[in-house]
Amino acid sequence: MFILRRMGRMGLFLAKTCYYLFRTPFKISWVLKQIWFIGTQSMLVIFLTGAFAGMVLGLQGYYTLNRFGTTALLGPMVALSLIRELGPVFTALMVTGRAGSAMTAEIGIMRISEQIDALELMGLNPYRYLVVPKLVAGMISLPLLTAIFDVVGIFGGYLIGVNLLDVGKGTYFGEMANYLDMQDVLAGVYKSFSFGILITWISCYKGYYAGFGAEGVSKATTQAVVLSSVLILFWDYVMTSALF
Amino acid sequence: MIRIENLYKSFDGFEVLRGISCEVATGEILALIGGSGSGKSVILKHVAGLLKPDRGRVLIDEIDIWSLRRSELEQLHSRFGFLFQSGALFSSLTVFDNVAFRLRETSKISEGEVRKRVLVALDQVGLQGAEDKYPAQISGGMIKRTALARSLVGNPEIMLFDEPTTGLDPVIAHTIINLIQSIHKAHGFTGVIVSHELSRVFQIVQKVAMLHEGVILTMGSPAEITASQDPAVRQFVTGSLEGPIKMR
Repeated sequence: MFILRRMGRMGLFLAKTCYYLFRTPFKISWVLKQIWFIGTQSMLVIFLTGAFAGMVLGLQGYYTLNRFGTTALLGPMVALSLIRELGPVFTALMVTGRAGSAMTAEIGIMRISEQIDALELMGLNPYRYLVVPKLVAGMISLPLLTAIFDVVGIFGGYLIGVNLLDVGKGTYFGEMANYLDMQDVLAGVYKSFSFGILITWISCYKGYYAGFGAEGVSKATTQAVVLSSVLILFWDYVMTSALF
Repeated sequence: MIRIENLYKSFDGFEVLRGISCEVATGEILALIGGSGSGKSVILKHVAGLLKPDRGRVLIDEIDIWSLRRSELEQLHSRFGFLFQSGALFSSLTVFDNVAFRLRETSKISEGEVRKRVLVALDQVGLQGAEDKYPAQISGGMIKRTALARSLVGNPEIMLFDEPTTGLDPVIAHTIINLIQSIHKAHGFTGVIVSHELSRVFQIVQKVAMLHEGVILTMGSPAEITASQDPAVRQFVTGSLEGPIKMR
């Protein structure tokens, strides 16, 4: 019963957010600020994790493919793994840790210090000012960050496969073009877009209903990261089953 | 006009308000007094529409605030000013931006006019020169004065003050009370003030309600409350240790 009530409240929170998403006035400057926070400021961590993920894929992929004598397929293997699966999931997990936790803490502190009440008493809707800009920024930033992750990862795999091992330069990219199609790219975009909604939804919800005091905010932040991470992997499975 | 009818509220099974009824006429200020935990701030939050009553109604100009739709409540809130006990300033904004926030978001006045009004409001509360500081960089008293400037800058029709002078030094506390009084004279807002500073607050209010154990024990003019022979009222007004009010 308790879980059902919580799920209902979460659903209602998302429904209200979506309602205000299409209501004027749009807070463009607030959205841009959030894109800067969620997107731009996450670029370094995405660049680093993308590079290392690509390098590991290059290394592991090469040794695995070598057993079957098909190292020429390293490029497509790295690209398909990244674009269809690892790029969206890793990016979402990184953004959850870096920006999702901060979103929960920010809204949670606003809740316990009565800043959200103050906003309401000015006749201003907290969903419009605090939640909607984050949701929009998440929907825009996640696909772009995922694209950066994918590209950097592909070059990470190239660095290992071509520069350190013996895969041909032309082969790496040439084979990639033969095996990748638009559906793979679109699947990655759909996934990252939905992860953007999921992360901001869970993070804002947990902050909005944070408990009392510093402990309440700390608990809400932990719950937001754990729940978002689990739901990202669950939703990834659902989308993979549906898309491929 | 604010009218509270038979208000009941419980938190986790503990009944904080047990049938509160009172009325504040337009242009009048009501002081809510009573021991800590007697439910004064809870009443204030009900009047503001931040808490939903378990039973009873809160009417603003004869409209039950919980019968309003969300957009109508937002419209009603635009007539409110609320001074929170903690100040509730936006921590990511400077003092100037905190005070300007409401004007920028809810009115169509030019940035130049916003600047003029904010500087006047900050000057009134003695905060000239602190415009560029963040809430974390100023004292508790300055936070409260910024919050007061923020709540008054839009000339609200209904003002709710939750312990406006708590934690302030006597001079600043006196200044704040005088300021509330002068703004009330100038704009004639309807107000509710929760305070323990009885002597100062009694100078600016027209009506006082004393709360005890979730009910209004007595209500009357400041002179009537001061002269009351009710043991609980006497104990509270004189600050005596002996009497029916027990420390919790």
